[in-house]
Amino acid sequence: MENPQLNQHGELRHLLSIEGLPAGIVRHILDTAESFVAVAEREVKKVPLLRGKAIFNLFFENSTRTRTTFEIAAKRLSADVVNLNIGASSQSKGETLLDTVDNLAAMQADMFIVRHGQSGASHLIARHVAPHIHVINAGDGRHAHPTQGLLDMFTIRRYKQDFTRLRVAIVGDVLHSRVARSEIHALNVLGVPEIRVIAPKTLLPAEVEQMGVHVYHDMIKGLKDVDAVIMLRLQNERMRGALLPSAHEYYKYYGFTKDKLAHAKPDAIVMHPGPMNRGIEIESGVADGGQSVILPQVTFGIAVRMAVMSILAGS
Amino acid sequence: MQLPDAEQLVNQLIAQLRPLAGPGTGLVGIRSGGAWLAERMHSALGLTTPLGTLDISFYRDDFSRIGLHPAVEPSNIPFEVDGCSIILVDDVLYTGRTVRAAMNELFDYGRPASIHLAVLVDRGGRELPIAAQSVGARLALLPEQNIQLNQDSSGRFSLSLHRVEEN
Repeated sequence: MENPQLNQHGELRHLLSIEGLPAGIVRHILDTAESFVAVAEREVKKVPLLRGKAIFNLFFENSTRTRTTFEIAAKRLSADVVNLNIGASSQSKGETLLDTVDNLAAMQADMFIVRHGQSGASHLIARHVAPHIHVINAGDGRHAHPTQGLLDMFTIRRYKQDFTRLRVAIVGDVLHSRVARSEIHALNVLGVPEIRVIAPKTLLPAEVEQMGVHVYHDMIKGLKDVDAVIMLRLQNERMRGALLPSAHEYYKYYGFTKDKLAHAKPDAIVMHPGPMNRGIEIESGVADGGQSVILPQVTFGIAVRMAVMSILAGS
Repeated sequence: MQLPDAEQLVNQLIAQLRPLAGPGTGLVGIRSGGAWLAERMHSALGLTTPLGTLDISFYRDDFSRIGLHPAVEPSNIPFEVDGCSIILVDDVLYTGRTVRAAMNELFDYGRPASIHLAVLVDRGGRELPIAAQSVGARLALLPEQNIQLNQDSSGRFSLSLHRVEEN
């Protein structure tokens, strides 16, 4: 089947999901991001690559951090950025998603960054827009959040270099997490030999093993000798459903404490996509400890988004 | 066409640059050929300021036509550009577009006191008002000819001619 993310030359045209991306493209994004990290260390943190391009942040779902990092990334590429909080405007007046997109395209948009609660929303937009317009999925339902997956890979590579000797654990609410799906695909594409997911049965998708992961319900066993731990946010709204008995009990078994971290390799890195719930999925001592790379993740996220935008705009 | 010996040209260029080399001189090579040359010049001139390299991919003027270069590497200017006298080095000066991009990038690091352009080969064909102050050799080449600097595993330089591939 034709991959909607690639053009006829096999170049990246839209970034919708890491699933199905050739490893060469993933590595090219990570390599390019290295150069953008260097740009961010300069006096002037901007390059003129996307001068004159109009990038629209289309957020149908709230997000401060992701939207802000996309906005900073676009501005550092010298693009013009327009932020649209759609939930509060047209959609509440009854406009359809594609009508909204058509109107913005008529305002000479060159790129859409899309966050939507429905899985597949950015695919729909990508299939609809004119050939010169690029779409980046900034999170769709439970499906994918590819730039988060990529920035996590960038972070792992920065601290651990070679992917092919690593053991990586993803801990928490995998069931509802588009971040976890993107990370699992990315880790597989880059050749990580052992990917573990650690979660209670109620927070794992059916047949998660099909994605090439090893499942652990016991966090201490799952963390044994891992090189990197990726924590997932426990969405508070899930606590009210029947999936978990209580926040207190969840923390006891799956909260990331210093005692549990001691079972990972001594130089293991700790990651979290944010926002964190301290005392629910992660202890402050771990989040702020010497092995935490949670804030570097945010910094690297800008460079990775600059890399994705400039590769798309140049295709 | 008989190409000049690249090693000889490098030595001539180093001799030309020697009077400019002072304690505050910064040397910057444009990747990749210019960076190789700059590395050689840096030790030959005994410069104390660390060597800089530029990858001008983010400043190219043909991005909208050909997209991002497939192998971008980080630029690295490990000294204060503000007020520095900079020698900018490239292997071949042709249209002048690479030098334009390199100067724009340098200015995003700071305001240099001066920029002196040194190139191994000036092959003519300028499309911008740019000139080099130090030149190893001037060659008259046809548009379909492409001259390339090579460096072997022992670090020796050589020049070679190729036909430009039609797109």
